This record gives sequence, structure tokens and C-alpha cells, in this order.
Amino acid sequence: MGLTRDDVARLADLARIELTPDELAHLAPQIDVIVEAVAGVAEVKDDDIPPLAHPLGVVNVRRADQALPTDWQALRPVLEQDAPAWQDDRFRVPRILEEEE
Amino acid sequence: MTELTRLDAAELGRRIASREVSSREVTAACFDRIEAVDGAVRAFLTTDRERALQAADAIDTRIAAGEKLGPLAGVPIAVKDLLCYQGLPTTASSRILEGWMPPYNSTVVERLLDAGLVILGKTNLDEFALGSSTETSAFGPTHNPWALDRIPGGSGGGSAAALASFEAPLAIGTDTGGSIRQPAAVTGTVGVKPTYGAVSRYGIIAVASSLDQAGPCARNVYDTALLHDVIVGRDPRDGTSVELSGTQAVGVADMARRADVKGLRIGVVKELGGEGYQPGVEQRFREAVQVLVQAGAEVVEVSCPHFVHSLATYYLIMPAEVSSNLSRYDGMRYGLRKGGPDATTEQVMRASRGAGFGAEAKRRIILGTYALSAGYYDAYYGSAQKMRTLIARDFAVAYEVCDVLVSPTTPTTAFKLGEKVDDPLAMYMSDLCTIPVNLAGIAAGSVPCGLSPDDGLPVGFQIIAPALQDARVYQVAAALEAALDTQRGHPLLDDAPALGEAR
Repeated sequence: MGLTRDDVARLADLARIELTPDELAHLAPQIDVIVEAVAGVAEVKDDDIPPLAHPLGVVNVRRADQALPTDWQALRPVLEQDAPAWQDDRFRVPRILEEEE
Repeated sequence: MTELTRLDAAELGRRIASREVSSREVTAACFDRIEAVDGAVRAFLTTDRERALQAADAIDTRIAAGEKLGPLAGVPIAVKDLLCYQGLPTTASSRILEGWMPPYNSTVVERLLDAGLVILGKTNLDEFALGSSTETSAFGPTHNPWALDRIPGGSGGGSAAALASFEAPLAIGTDTGGSIRQPAAVTGTVGVKPTYGAVSRYGIIAVASSLDQAGPCARNVYDTALLHDVIVGRDPRDGTSVELSGTQAVGVADMARRADVKGLRIGVVKELGGEGYQPGVEQRFREAVQVLVQAGAEVVEVSCPHFVHSLATYYLIMPAEVSSNLSRYDGMRYGLRKGGPDATTEQVMRASRGAGFGAEAKRRIILGTYALSAGYYDAYYGSAQKMRTLIARDFAVAYEVCDVLVSPTTPTTAFKLGEKVDDPLAMYMSDLCTIPVNLAGIAAGSVPCGLSPDDGLPVGFQIIAPALQDARVYQVAAALEAALDTQRGHPLLDDAPALGEAR
């Protein structure tokens, strides 16, 4: 198989990463080489082998669904400082919809 | 150079506790040293002089009042800039988080502060810990104190370089595929990746969640063990962290002090050597094994046949988890936002991520997006998780005939800055020996085993222990360190070139 430049452009699009044409030309062959190097793992076909996620077998740890106390007065200035845009104690975000043509 | 910065952490802690020296004096000496040499080394991204000196004073006051504090109270420490520490920016060495102030502390930082350690500042790393040289840092590379034109390892190159240049006696690193051990190896310092789950990941910027683990770094094994005991333990805020009481993953300092390997069975992993390994690295490794034999250990050769797949397995699992974890950087609530006033959310996300991530982060996010995409998930991520099981089973079989496994920590000594920066696969090879440990989630550390006769640069010796048997890493590392220091007549770092303080 192998990844073409168009494939990489599409993946970058799915990952919401804008690439310049130069970046794409640079990254695409590198990513293709890596994919080629790792593809061999896909040959493990044995269905009897369980997948390993947590090495000690810890799964689905649960805890009580309780809100922890939050010090809003202390938190607010940090959130405001870190926010790209802030208005009336809320994050101001860009519009979601395209403008009607 | 002031003598205080050459002392090890245990000795500093002892002198501070007995009031022979104050924590303020020690802390100030570290900042003087940072000022003198960090222009050349560039280990730190930020320093925190005022707050550190205040914290030092507070410890001095408590000791003067007769309080009994822990063995590292008042001792300065450097923290990798992947851990949240309120009051200082946490950047992960990425433009996308430049200037970001964390609203809370990581659990590791809380434990350091509770134990009275004095945080000097935040150290450089590869962007989002993705790299083996610190060269992917958006803020420029760190330089190896042994040879300033060489890499300090990565991703935790800043922490390792801070130790090797005597800027700090202790440091915190994180290890996803070798980011504690490989920098330790190439800088002649010590670093341990504890068993997965032994240290809380809460408040540590997530890279690959099923592999990430924070751990201790220092200039000798005992100091590393003391720091290990400070940071480990179950944390309800990290669901993957494990209860350690009754295991050998806590109280490791006692084992480091004992440093006895009589009767211990040491397995040399056949697959971690040979082609691609620098001759000088293999020579020092074999000599170190003989030193352990003379100290009473037994040696067996073991085979771990699936290790040949570990690099490929890692470069499927890690990018998959990276692409998921890094999806949160979208320019909405924090971090870099790009795009004009009329841009839509979609356009802002694309522009912000395009401008905010460096080349390596982009490579891995795209690779991970591919591995997780419809139609490929089972073939790639699913198969890789199965291979992970086979690699873990290789370890389990090996541990039937030995107590620990050993290998070189890295195939080569420190390479030149710039040498591999545009050849991702060559760069990934740096972590050949360390990656299997993360995939299996077990414990391992690197301890110096001399200078390579090829180039006079430090060589690291890796010790790998079964899950929750972290103490064995320290036991073997301490025995090797003691024997080699006796042979040499001094610690390895004494051979590092003096850094021009007037530079």
C-alpha cells in the first residue's frame, strides 16, 4: 500500500491541521516511510491473543459521581488569562456556521 | 563553582536538616550555577528564583523550630515542563501552549512540595515529549554538558542536562518510550521509569496515556531512590494508578542502600545488541555485566523474540494515543488561537493547530489519525495491542529464569545536534532498548557504566525489573555504581568537562 500526498493531505484535514504546500511535500514522504516500517505488525492475525491496554490489568475504574469543590474566585482569573478570548465570565469562541452566500 | 552544587541530594538533605547549611544557601547556589552555565546548556525554559527562595526560607524556619522533615526537605529540584505547577507557565515546549498557566498542580508536584523540595524551575523537552534529542522543542534544543554540540537525549534532555551540569541535584522526568532513561544514558546520569501506575499522571500533560509514566532523575542511584519514594503512590485522581502497599515499588531507597547482588540472576537480552549498536557501547555493557558477576550475580542469556516488533508496535500505539490526546488543543478555551475575526470554528482550529504544532507533532498526529481511521483500526491499533501482549509474555517467560534483565540503555552514545533531525526513523532507533519496557508497563532504569572508548561519551546500562519490583532496579544499579566508582576512584560525572562559567 503506501500513503500518497493526497492521503496525507486528507489525514491532516481529518486531524484539523492546516499544512502549507511545502509542509505537505516535506511530511508526506516521511510519513509514508514510517507507515511502511510499522505495517508488519498488522500481520499478527491470531484472534486468541488478547489486546493489552493496562499492563497490570486495571480496567474501568469507577468512582462516585460527585462534584468536587471548586474555588471559582481563584480559578476565574487563571481561566481568563489563559483564554484566547473572554467575555462576561465566559469563553468567547468563533462562530460555528459559515456565512450564507 | 560553589562546592554546594557538587554535593548529592542525600548529603544536602542531611546538612540542611542538621543546619550545617541552609536550604536558602543551597537554592541560591543552584541559581548562581544556572546563571553561569545555562546560557550554554539551555536546560531550563523558566526559573522561579523568588518563590524558590521563599520556599527554602520556609523549610529553614521549620527545621529551626525543631520539625522533623523528610530526607529531601530543602533540596532543590528541576521539573520537566510537562508537569503542571501553578504560578509558572506549562508549555510542553510547544508554541500551542506558550505562556499557558495551569489552573492546578500535578500530583507529582504536590508530593514534591509536601516533602519540602524546592522547585527551581521547568526544564526543556521535545515538543509534547515527542522526540529523543530535545530538538523538536519549539524553544530550541538543550545541549549535552559533556559536549555542547551533541544532544542531551530526549524527551527529558533538559532535566538530564540540568543534573549533568550541576545546576540541580534532582529532577523529574517522564518516560513514554525512554524519555527518562535515554537522556540519563547520554548525559552520564541516573533515571528510572517506575512501573506503569506507580506514579500518578494527574496534571501531567498527556502524550500516550497507556505508556506515560513520570519518574525520578538524579546524579546517583541512592538520590534517585529517595526521590522515587517521594513521588510514588496511588492517587484517586488517576484511575490507572495502582495501590503499592505490600509491593517492592515503594521503599526502594533501602534496597539502593543495600546494593547487594549476590545470588541474583541477571538475564542479558539477546535481541538488544548486535547490529546497529556502537562497539564502544557494547564493550562497556559487557564489562559492566562482568562487574556484576564479580559482585556475586549469576548471568544467563535470554531471548525475547517479539522485541524485533517493539518499535513498530510503539509507533502505532503511541501516535494513535497522541492524536487523540492532542485533539484538545483547538484554540477555543486556552492556548494559541489563529485565524481572522470572521473565521469559523473549523477554520480557527485548522489554523491554530497548523501554526501551533511543530513538524514531529504533526507527523505523529497524522500517523495516529491514519492508524485509528475506519478500516485500519483493527489492522493497526488492534494488532499492535496484541503484539503488546506478546512482548509482555516474552518478559514473563524471561523472568522465569532470571530476576532482572539488562541491556545497553541506548544503541549509541550522544549524537550530534542536527544529525537526525530530519530522519524520523533514525531518530526513533534511539529508543530501541527502552520501548519494550513501556509497552509491557514494567520498571526500568539507566545507570552510567563508563565512557565509550569510541568517543569518550557516557554509556548507559539498563536494568529491567518485573512489574511492581522497582526495588530490584535500584538494587542492581546501586551495586554496579558502587563497584564502578570504586574501580574509577570517583563518580563518572567528575570526568565531565568543566563548563566555562564566564562564557
